[in-house]
Amino acid sequence: MRTVNSLIGSPIERFEDLRFLRGRGEYVDDLAARNDMLHAAILRSSVAHGRIRSIDVAAARALPGVHNVITAKDMGNRVPRVPMRLQPLPEFERFGQPVIAENKVRYVGEALAVVLAGTAGIAEDALGLIEADIEPLPAVADRHASAAEASLLFEEVGSNLAMRFRALRGDASAAFAGAPYIRRERFRTQRHMALPMEPRGLLAEWDAARGRLTVYGGAKVLFFNRRTLAKQMGLPESAIEIVENDVGGGFGARGEFYPEDFLIPFAARLTGRPVKWTEDRREHLMCVNHAREAECDVEIACTREGTILGLRGHAYVDVGAYMRTNGAVGARNVAQFMSGPYRIPNIDIDVALQLTNKTPVGTYRGPGRFETDFFRERLLDMVAQDLGLDRVEFRRRNLVSQREMPYQLATITPFESKDELDSGDYHATLDRCLHEIKWSDKSKLAGKLIDGRYHGVAVGCFIEGGAAGPKESARIVLELDGRYSVYVGSSAIGQGLETVFAQIAADALEVTIDHIRGVFHGSTSYVGDGYGAYHSRSVVMGGSAILDAATKLREAIRTQAAQRLACQPSEVEIVDGVKAVGPGGKSIGLNSISDAGISADGAFLNKKHTYTYGTHAAHVAVDPKIGHVELLDYVLVEDCGRIINPMTVHGQAIGSLVQGLGGAMMEHLVYDQEGQLLTGSLADYLIPTASDFPNLRAIVFGNHPSPINPLGAKGAGEGGIIAAGGVMANAVANALSALGVEPRELPLTPTRIWELVQAASSNKQSV
Amino acid sequence: MKLPPFDYACPATLPEAVQLLATHDGEAKAVAGGQSLVPMLAFRLAQPTLLVDLRKLADLRGIRISEKGATLGAMVRWRDIEDDDRLDIAHPLLKAAIAHVAHYQVRNRGTIGGSLAHADPAAEMPGIAITCDAEIAVVGKSGARVIQAADFFQGALTTALTPDEIIVEVRLPAWPKGRRWGFEEFARRRGDFAMAGAAVFYDQDENGKARNAHVGVIGVADRPLRLPSVEDVLNGRIIDQAAIGAAEAATCAAVDPQDDIHASAAYRRALVGTMVERALQRAAARPQQ
Amino acid sequence: MPVKFRVNGRQVEVDVEPRLTLADCLRHHLRLTGTHVGCEHGVCGACTVIVDGAAVRSCLMLAVQADGAEIVTVEGLSSDAELTPLQKSFRKHHALQCGFCTPGMITTAHALLSEEPDCDAARVREVLSGNLCRCTGYIPIVEAVLDARAAYQPKAGTRDRGGDRA
Repeated sequence: MRTVNSLIGSPIERFEDLRFLRGRGEYVDDLAARNDMLHAAILRSSVAHGRIRSIDVAAARALPGVHNVITAKDMGNRVPRVPMRLQPLPEFERFGQPVIAENKVRYVGEALAVVLAGTAGIAEDALGLIEADIEPLPAVADRHASAAEASLLFEEVGSNLAMRFRALRGDASAAFAGAPYIRRERFRTQRHMALPMEPRGLLAEWDAARGRLTVYGGAKVLFFNRRTLAKQMGLPESAIEIVENDVGGGFGARGEFYPEDFLIPFAARLTGRPVKWTEDRREHLMCVNHAREAECDVEIACTREGTILGLRGHAYVDVGAYMRTNGAVGARNVAQFMSGPYRIPNIDIDVALQLTNKTPVGTYRGPGRFETDFFRERLLDMVAQDLGLDRVEFRRRNLVSQREMPYQLATITPFESKDELDSGDYHATLDRCLHEIKWSDKSKLAGKLIDGRYHGVAVGCFIEGGAAGPKESARIVLELDGRYSVYVGSSAIGQGLETVFAQIAADALEVTIDHIRGVFHGSTSYVGDGYGAYHSRSVVMGGSAILDAATKLREAIRTQAAQRLACQPSEVEIVDGVKAVGPGGKSIGLNSISDAGISADGAFLNKKHTYTYGTHAAHVAVDPKIGHVELLDYVLVEDCGRIINPMTVHGQAIGSLVQGLGGAMMEHLVYDQEGQLLTGSLADYLIPTASDFPNLRAIVFGNHPSPINPLGAKGAGEGGIIAAGGVMANAVANALSALGVEPRELPLTPTRIWELVQAASSNKQSV
Repeated sequence: MKLPPFDYACPATLPEAVQLLATHDGEAKAVAGGQSLVPMLAFRLAQPTLLVDLRKLADLRGIRISEKGATLGAMVRWRDIEDDDRLDIAHPLLKAAIAHVAHYQVRNRGTIGGSLAHADPAAEMPGIAITCDAEIAVVGKSGARVIQAADFFQGALTTALTPDEIIVEVRLPAWPKGRRWGFEEFARRRGDFAMAGAAVFYDQDENGKARNAHVGVIGVADRPLRLPSVEDVLNGRIIDQAAIGAAEAATCAAVDPQDDIHASAAYRRALVGTMVERALQRAAARPQQ
Repeated sequence: MPVKFRVNGRQVEVDVEPRLTLADCLRHHLRLTGTHVGCEHGVCGACTVIVDGAAVRSCLMLAVQADGAEIVTVEGLSSDAELTPLQKSFRKHHALQCGFCTPGMITTAHALLSEEPDCDAARVREVLSGNLCRCTGYIPIVEAVLDARAAYQPKAGTRDRGGDRA
């Protein structure tokens, strides 16, 4: 009976659940109060753009229970800036955010002052007593106002354009010059955000005697954040520990370095007391990275038979008021990944990053990919209709095939970022998806009016990039009781790392899973150098680092055992993970070697991305009178390379998909012309509930391992979200095709659908 | 979003409660289920100096059904209405409307008195109150009075109540057998406030023609609205497709909604017409009792 | 103000400001941090607890309003020894990822199943619509709740279902 190598690929139940189900998770706000602890509340600008004349904190300071109120004045000559972590081009530095507003405010929500008080209630009471005198300036409300540059966010720079990227492949000019068919369209996706269920929080403790800072509430990229904080506070990295507690979701937004990640530790050191800050939901909506607001004006060139020749055009991303840690990623991705899984030999797409007086943007699951997938898939359906082609066959004809891989994607300039599709059979997931949704039956309903509702179907193909490098670290320790502790630089954000990594470690060590004492993740004290959880990298990077550590540990065990067994390490066999056996059958229990303290460090370095890929299909019924869309069936098929835990990867697919449907149908951060955020609560910012999308299925398999890492795994978890916008919009267009409705903008709210129906029918009347 | 500071009292009797509200110069607020008030406090949109908790006022919790109609104590919760099978016959329109209110947890605490006093323009209970000619019995420092629903709602979150007054009960007229009725609303998601909703009922004369039509709508103005012009379209005729179509058109003409982040004015106008239309379809299709 | 109530079968007494919500009281004064705060305005459901037998949003209740009440939190719906049938069902169906909405889901589901052990999928979805989740997409949660119905049928012992004190 096989007792080893039985865990990778198994849907084993998660260890994390044992505490989460009992309410025994420890999220940062759950941490016990420290002695002398102060609570922080942050005064946030209610003006989108203005010059700060004064901030009068006297009345706030005088409120009983208030210890101190911090403003920019308390930070010396130069208020630290939030650094850029990804694409840190020098051009972006001019647009870096000061951790607290200095002489200008540039978005509603920007921090003006930090109140420290004995209770959170008093701290918040004090906010109302601070007088911020701000001379309003004209708000740059959208990308048009930004480009017009009548009002500048950074007068000294003289421009609201933060950067322009360009995606190039082949010769688009030539391709378009000779193209028999060209279609040009404009599309728009709306501003929305990750919205994890746990708001942010931090607890900072400064030990003055030892000069040590401990910060609880870290997530995602703790090592980068520690490095940043160390520089900002003038401390060696070794003096700072950032601890990852349980984390209530991230989706790209939590864990990046935000202003508060400096302000709260700064307050702790300034006061000499522990400082706790818990974000509330109102703040969260206006402070945590926004995402997805993009427009494009693109053209596609094809042959009349339906071979895509080229894609070119312009995209515009509204990046908000500052360039924060990863504010350029979405925009870069809009350009680079517009081709998706399709063969498009000639590409020329530029994307402008326009600054506006809104909350800065960052990455949100499938950054730029959701937007660009919507742009491209809408275009494909429109082209198919124009050319009289079957929408499925048109896609099939143009999907990159296995034998073309690795397939080079468009190159991004500046910084020559190249990327290639690694492995896979894109046609197979298309076929499987069509089969699962019973496309041949469902498509017969396309455009039909049944019981007052129009039915529509659509299909869309996507790629999901993952496994960002450059590196991840792990350490495995053989403990005194013969069990193994796994330490890893990856961060947990709900994706089940403690279980998935235990599976990888146990199989690599050839032991049963109960030999794994635990997986310790995220916190900076666990490994010397870690990178974290982003770009769907944890399994590939952390998992491969664990593999490396396990291999090295087994060598170390053999070496130790060989000494005791008086033989060569190569003659030692490790049996059942509990004993080392030498030639002649002499054996020694691993728990008697282990007082030598055996551990091994591992790492995985990587420069290439993996590509999980698949196909979505939807069947909708649209009520044209009230603009309601009912999702009758939705199938997502995804190949994500070698699967470690099919249960968790399936769960990610469904969860990601529902987020995508939220983005397609209802989520929207709405600003007015003065830069006021109108969606200030969860009653206004709408996310899906249990009743909205009950009819979904995900089928996830791993038929095409990735060639670029020892696990053969690919990053997964973002594919569900990426294709949802394009597929839903195409399904609605298909349903309302008799009325000539063509959605070009998300979200597909009842108002928008109704207005499209009205506009289409009045067009018909006037013809 | 910690709540602002306030004092708290939990009086055992109604006169005590009134006294507390009366002596605080408009700075005190009554709290029933708290499902509307506490969020307001959390956003610091209201900062009363005193909260007067009505939870000990047991007299305000009952539902009495008689031949005169249904009388519901102000502290009756949505949950209590859901659980009271008598209302299936005694006031099916109320039951149908209440099924749309919020969510499970809110329904365990939210009260009809709280909803009426809060007066959200898209709330179902105010819509039922004005559609069904409810009488709202209140008690204040000057004693008891009855406010007709038509006079009660004066604007968004604004009612005829003076700061010292507490709603004690809501009286709905008797519901005759054979009455035709319908309720229809459309919200962004289940349990959200309606973008528009309609409550309709009519009786029939011996020839089957409608009379006593009542049409009320929510979500399209700063308060719930009765639509007499639509009622005029219905009264005196058989409610067939033509009548329903005419009523829909009259509804759209009778309202003047605003744009907001959830719906445009034009959409709302069309939507409320559709809600009336669909409510009437339901009413007309109901099996004769 | 002094407030006395019972939580998970235990009598407690606290002295709190009137403005303190029940959620904050449970979490910070009684250290029952299983009940989570996700919005503080009554939308997300992460704060759901059972008060006098009914599931409520503890962020919309004041601690002082709980005087004399019988409260059950997720801790009271759990036992150290073993997961309850509802919890086992959640685990089996992978009905949680980050775990933040989970106590609210468990508490709401327990309240529903206690009252309506024969509820169907539509009813489960309706009732859970007041609890937001961002990780799972809800489908596995609904499946888990339906699968747990068996443990709430009248013939199943009450001890099986509710942990120690429900």
